[in-house]
Amino acid sequence: MTAELPTFDVLVAGGGNAALCAALSAAEHGARVAVVETAPREFRGGNSRHTRNLRCAHDAPTQFLTDAYPEAEYFNDLLRVTGGETNEELARMTIHESRTCMHWMRGHGARFQPSLSGTLHLGRTNLFFLGGGKALLNSYYDAAERRGIRVIYGAEVTGLKISGSRFERATVLWRGEPVEIRAKAFVAATGGFESNLDWLKEVWGEGAENFLIRGTPYNKGTVLRLLFDDGAEPVGDPKQCHAVAIDARAPKFDGGIVTRLDCIPLGIAVNRQGERFYDEGEDLWPKRYAIWGRLVAQQPGQIAYSIIDSKALGKFMPSVFPAIRADTIGKLASNLGLPADTLASTVDRFNRAIQPGTFDHELLDNCRTCGLAPEKSHWARAIDTPPFLGYPLRPGLTFTYLGVKVNASAQVLMCNGHPASNIFAAGEIMAGNILGKGYLGGLGMLIGTVFGRLAGKEAARFVSG
Amino acid sequence: MSADELTGIAQEGDRILTICNACRYCEGYCAVFPALQRRLNFAAADLDYLANLCHNCAECYYACQYAPPHEFAVNVPKTLAQIRARSYQHCAWPAPLSTAFRRNGLIASLALVIALPIWIAVTNGSTAVSAQFYQVVSHRAMVAVFVSVSLFILAALILGGLRFWRESGALSNDPANFSGLKQGLIDAIRLTYLHGDGEGCTYPRAHRSLARWWFHHLTFYGFLLCFAATAVAAIYHYGFRWRAPYGYFSLPVVLGTLGGLGLLAGPAGLFWLKQRGDVATRDPKQDGMDLTFIALLFSTSATGLLLLALRYTSAMPLLLAIHLATVLALFVTLPYGKFMHGIYRLAALMRYALERSQVRGRNATGH
Repeated sequence: MTAELPTFDVLVAGGGNAALCAALSAAEHGARVAVVETAPREFRGGNSRHTRNLRCAHDAPTQFLTDAYPEAEYFNDLLRVTGGETNEELARMTIHESRTCMHWMRGHGARFQPSLSGTLHLGRTNLFFLGGGKALLNSYYDAAERRGIRVIYGAEVTGLKISGSRFERATVLWRGEPVEIRAKAFVAATGGFESNLDWLKEVWGEGAENFLIRGTPYNKGTVLRLLFDDGAEPVGDPKQCHAVAIDARAPKFDGGIVTRLDCIPLGIAVNRQGERFYDEGEDLWPKRYAIWGRLVAQQPGQIAYSIIDSKALGKFMPSVFPAIRADTIGKLASNLGLPADTLASTVDRFNRAIQPGTFDHELLDNCRTCGLAPEKSHWARAIDTPPFLGYPLRPGLTFTYLGVKVNASAQVLMCNGHPASNIFAAGEIMAGNILGKGYLGGLGMLIGTVFGRLAGKEAARFVSG
Repeated sequence: MSADELTGIAQEGDRILTICNACRYCEGYCAVFPALQRRLNFAAADLDYLANLCHNCAECYYACQYAPPHEFAVNVPKTLAQIRARSYQHCAWPAPLSTAFRRNGLIASLALVIALPIWIAVTNGSTAVSAQFYQVVSHRAMVAVFVSVSLFILAALILGGLRFWRESGALSNDPANFSGLKQGLIDAIRLTYLHGDGEGCTYPRAHRSLARWWFHHLTFYGFLLCFAATAVAAIYHYGFRWRAPYGYFSLPVVLGTLGGLGLLAGPAGLFWLKQRGDVATRDPKQDGMDLTFIALLFSTSATGLLLLALRYTSAMPLLLAIHLATVLALFVTLPYGKFMHGIYRLAALMRYALERSQVRGRNATGH
């Protein structure tokens, strides 16, 4: 039997930053709002739980941001990382709106802090949430409660009734029962499909079994697929995802920030055959860490190993998992399960190829190799000072790019080219409109905030209009 | 605590703080996180220091992406509370009395049970009214008892505090760095880390509130005022040979009354907050210690104010006996109860301020 809830003006699917911004904005524009969040209350907040900042344009130093970050520079940064795969109109609007975010967020309980240890390079561009994304979301959920927004946890959207291009109702699995929820408008803010292993395998083959998901296990892409089934137009490369190399010992889901490893440029990275496969010192780590997920995914067994020696200790952020140690390369190889002979010869060849130089891990120094394939362009120092340390690496998925196309009112565009009158999208589910590929730290939270607010406002306007 | 429990708590502290050190999202909340980020691993002394920096406000628990039911099960406030309890016992002087921390309620009750009949016996038969306290208990007897108890307590406080300071690690900094020490003192007396820049912290539950900051201030400054009242009265007595009772508008009575009111409202408020508090973020094993201290502070104040109000009636001798017994019970539990958190917190805050100025100094000289 199918139970039914009262009719709402706006139904928001999702429970992360974009969903809450949409719900709050819709309620402030007079709508009666319900939020259906797949996760239980303790794990609410989607991938926003793991975020910590929002990239923000500004013309002068603020309490929390240094210097200035003009809109034009912001847009150029976006062009650079996406290689032009962005909708310029939406991108410019989003960047322009970033100026208003801090004030709006504060009005809903958000608190901020200057960027501190380890993130100083973002102090000019990124606004840091005090306590991180979960604290931000806690503030938003409190604000939603004060506004009388109905939040239903543990409720997964399993079906959408869309007639033509008009939303009528959603079927939600709640406490083991399907429940029908009717609403006059619908906001899809359910993220990507990065935690749907079957979908990942469709795209990347069986190797996807070895991927780790850095964020929520609840982003299964169900609403994304339902929208496609009902004729929504896709955007973003279905074969791309943002993946970094993380500690292979991380949990399958939700490992978040602490599983990252920043030591790759300080040593060498080898595959399970004990061979190097890419230039570990190609560029400064903040500019390169995001390619290493893909690089590891391309190695046999989707695994690799970062090998450093004791000279590197203290030069990278500590990881939550202790390094695997040994006093000789041979022992390290056996501790890591690598062929000892190959690893020893890889290290030996690497050490012999090193050119003289002055090591400085904070800039592009002149320590490089000569005569290797691949070379190491910077920070190449001999791996010769025990103890030797190794970290196993796996691809850690952060998000997927595939989404639904939207217009500047956050309305979902259908394949016939027309916008769906009462279906809106916000957050990762539509981020591909702006971030077609690549990555820019703090942009996801900006897209979620700007499009969340917009979707909520437009949905409320549709309802009252 | 058994040795196994101690090791378990230390291991849990090390495990959790290693996760914090790799995450660092909470670094803007309080002193604990910047302090732990200066360390790569967490030995017992580091844990004691960090635990006593923690004000148990729980902001970091509610903000934590790894809090239970996440499989990492990070619970900083609860774990640090357990480590704090261990540090209180560990630093106690004399060491054999450290077990008193676990039996606060019992010891306070025993002190009351023993002291009260003695005071009553002393006061028994006294027909003195009209606030002639020293006709009931001779001034000399009162002073003899309280001075000897106070000296012992003072020794226990100082030796405990010094042991904590010594064991929480070496400082390469000049210990006579007064601006650092001053900053620590300011952070303690202002309760900087419960203030949240005016928004308070997430206590007793997930919503931010300044309630605890206010109630703790009432308690602390109430306590100080009562202490000041006693000190002024002593100066009156010995310096000027002015004998109690003092008038309602005399300095000792005004200070004592104001302090007493703070010591009623403050502990009552802290008790109320504690009842509403989130058990997940504290160590329930310490509730007895906390509540004993709250109850003793409250009853010291209540009996004192009652004595003031009824000092011209025939209830005075009995009230005096009750009040003196309560104060004595409060005193003997001071070095072995919740009061010690103030000493260690101050020491930890001073150490933190010194460490910070050390880092600043290093940065300034470019090392």
